[in-house]
Amino acid sequence: MAHGPAKGISRWLFTTNHKDIGSMYLWFSFAMFLVGGLFALVVRAELFEPGMQIVDPNFFNQMTTMHGLIMVFGAIMPAFVGLANWMLPMMIGAPDMALPRMNNWSFWILPFAFFMLLSTLFMEGGGPNFGWTFYAPLSTTFAPPSVTFFIFSVHIMGISSIMGAINIIATILNMRAPGMTLMKMPLFVWTWLITAYLLIAVMPVLAGVVTMMLMDIHFGTSFFDAAGGGDPVLFQHIFWFFGHPEVYIMILPAFGIVSAIIPTFARKPLFGYSSMVYATASIAFLSFIVWAHHMFTVGMPIAGELFFMYATMLIAVPTGVKVFNWVATMFKGAMTFETPMLFAIGFVVLFTIGGLSGLMLAIAPADFQYHDTYFVVAHFHYVLVPGALFSIIAAVYYWLPKWSGRMYSEILGKTHFWVAFVGLNLTFFPMHFAGLAGMPRRIPDYHMMFANWNMISSVGAFLFAGAQLLFLYIIVTTIIKGRKATDRVWENSEGLEWTVPSPAPYHTFSTPPEVK
Amino acid sequence: MATTEGNYYVPEQSKLPLLASIGMFVTVFGASSWMSGIVSSPLVFFVSLFIFVAVLLQPPRKVTIAAGVVLFLLVSAGSDALSSVLVGPLVFGVGGLMFAATIWSWFSIVISENIAGLNSPQLKRSYVWGMGWFIFSEVMFFAAFFGALFYVRTLALPWLAGEGDGVHNPLLWPGFEAHWPLMETPDMAASGDAAEVRGPDQAMSLSQAGSLFTWLPFWNTLILLSSSVTVHFAHSALLKGERKPFNVWLGATIVLAVVFLFLQAYEYYEAYALMGLTLQSGIYGSTFFMLTGFHGAHVLLGTIMLLVMWLRSVLKGHFKKDDHFGFEATSWYWHFVDVVWVILFLAVYIFG
Ligand code: HEM
Ligand SMILES: [Cu+2]
Repeated sequence: MAHGPAKGISRWLFTTNHKDIGSMYLWFSFAMFLVGGLFALVVRAELFEPGMQIVDPNFFNQMTTMHGLIMVFGAIMPAFVGLANWMLPMMIGAPDMALPRMNNWSFWILPFAFFMLLSTLFMEGGGPNFGWTFYAPLSTTFAPPSVTFFIFSVHIMGISSIMGAINIIATILNMRAPGMTLMKMPLFVWTWLITAYLLIAVMPVLAGVVTMMLMDIHFGTSFFDAAGGGDPVLFQHIFWFFGHPEVYIMILPAFGIVSAIIPTFARKPLFGYSSMVYATASIAFLSFIVWAHHMFTVGMPIAGELFFMYATMLIAVPTGVKVFNWVATMFKGAMTFETPMLFAIGFVVLFTIGGLSGLMLAIAPADFQYHDTYFVVAHFHYVLVPGALFSIIAAVYYWLPKWSGRMYSEILGKTHFWVAFVGLNLTFFPMHFAGLAGMPRRIPDYHMMFANWNMISSVGAFLFAGAQLLFLYIIVTTIIKGRKATDRVWENSEGLEWTVPSPAPYHTFSTPPEVK
Repeated sequence: MATTEGNYYVPEQSKLPLLASIGMFVTVFGASSWMSGIVSSPLVFFVSLFIFVAVLLQPPRKVTIAAGVVLFLLVSAGSDALSSVLVGPLVFGVGGLMFAATIWSWFSIVISENIAGLNSPQLKRSYVWGMGWFIFSEVMFFAAFFGALFYVRTLALPWLAGEGDGVHNPLLWPGFEAHWPLMETPDMAASGDAAEVRGPDQAMSLSQAGSLFTWLPFWNTLILLSSSVTVHFAHSALLKGERKPFNVWLGATIVLAVVFLFLQAYEYYEAYALMGLTLQSGIYGSTFFMLTGFHGAHVLLGTIMLLVMWLRSVLKGHFKKDDHFGFEATSWYWHFVDVVWVILFLAVYIFG
């Protein structure tokens, strides 16, 4: 086989190369990020002022729903898989992913799945309008007819995720270079190993719950219908058994990225490597036994409320270990603040705010006040935007020189950071106050008393969106005409990926490197 | 074909992933419009089909573009007429064929690569990991349905009948009592003859069967358990390099599998025709048919896999003493299906 990439479009369509597939995942997720962002801007534009201004309520609901679905399944998850594709083989000294053809299959399912999902917006009755958590019976008895397309698109996304995860596990367990023992693996590899395990464990459960919906809708079963002896709350249990591990699927790889970046720019080895590994594993374990903290107000027995409350609070312990370790790594380090480091520090600070609001939500009696208000929206946006998303952006700045062989402009990168930082805090911090004051989530109109907070949020949202267009500009100009990057790229970068040239050759580590 | 670089395996470019994705997409797109009754745009179907064929044949670029434009114009012009012909089932069927054909050639390529000696021990280990984790994902799929059964029986139904703190439930469903199997649904309790969601006339559980030996699920259990034993014998024979006994034991496994499927179909027939037990029979019918149905579908898939393995051995002499992962993976799958049945037998039939 030739040692370079094939010519023309067939390079991308038929590739088995982890770097090509990684790039496709990343670009795809960026496209979805823009689409999902557009939906969010529709929502924020409508909420700029009280009263109904721009869209009708049903369309508003479609926008909130699609925003959530697209961001979770189309932007964040594929971006992490893209990073895994690019980096895992290089980090463990493997020539490629373990099952290269299946790898490309996992990717190519996604454009079709999201085409199908997005096409529902143009169908009679509109697209999904029942929230990204699609609670029954809103998503069954009262759903628009296009829900069937939604169900099947979730099915094939799930197949894609499961195959991707199997591939990642096989790669990590089977393809490490000699000498790369498990406890020598970079944390990004560790966190992805555990994430892949979570994916294989819960994506089938998601498939199960949408299958039950399908059966209830079209074949007359009673899973979520009390008249036949079923229970709508059953939906919530199964969904959140998937859903809570899912939120960790979106944050564990982020932990890995931040654990790679902070030591580089603090010029110190990561503090507490093995405790990081154990903390990740404990988080993964605990994530299976906390799901009902999303259902405190649904009418559970008191014993259930207590169990899920305490189990949830337990998660704060390993999470705290991680934050402590990052801070300890920076402590007395010789720090510099290049763009990836800015995003990583932004991650540590702002993700912690999200963790703290999570802790507040975990208090069952208090959650009766917070539940289904903007406080929850503030919580999960703090863990997902400056959490998952910032880590992805940090990773792109950190590894883009390795991928493209070119350096981005530090001034533009820092501008991107600060605009995004200000924008997102303007958007999401006021939501805490609106929520505590009682503003419900998922409504197109609201009481006058929330007007100020909402106006600030909307302004922040457009600012944040602008920052992401700058990000696109930075990436494109870097790839086209950025100045040449060195092989090592950063002064103190460690790991096998920095031992190969920049840009990384099409095939790396065809013969395994020596790991000491 | 593929090459090994150093001591690693890097396959060449492949059209299979894209073709499989298109096939999968057309299948679920067709299924969705079939079930929902939403007439889907003929363009979606024809563009998918066009890409599929173009990828498969890779005609010269000019031909492709010209054909694409012509097709686009024709389909747009005849859109209305086409959409009355291109009903969901048709799209679904065509997609299914595309998908099946792709998977078929995918497996045959993998097999021929292995026979050509291209698979390094490392790659073979990757296949082993892959199959293992795939089975784990299947376990979790069944776990969702077993979890639903458990939740309904032990929590939801008693609550519906007024246990616990749910003070309002007896107001919503007056007179409802929790039993399992659930013959009288909450709807029947509350609205009597006007009820829309009705329970079955008779359930499949042991408690409602005459005796164990005239009870079909008991025989099905025996059959499936023995098939796990026969497939194990086949494996042992293969490990000793004995072709004949391998073929015989594998053949016996397939016969048992088919008998199981046949009996299962008969059981469904009885349920629908004689026992008033259908998918619509409240939560008992839902859980019964979904659990046994998905299990049955997995048995069917396993049977097809076993059959392919048998044909490969009988017709082509595939599998060696020390190189037979295709068969081994199938046997793992078969044991997995068997274990699911045992749990099913206990949870759905014996204590059902
Ligand atoms: C310290 C760790 C965390 C705790 C204690 C925690 C706790 C909670 C609780 C109790 C809720 C339910 C609130 C309600 O609906 O009333 C919630 C919602 C949510 N959390 Fe967290 N959380 C934590 C971390 C995270 C992380 C890391 C993520 C994602 C990366 C995340 C994503 C979400 C999402 C998406 C929701 C809302 C789901 C919805 O209803 O739409 N959380 N969290
Ligand atoms: Cu949660």
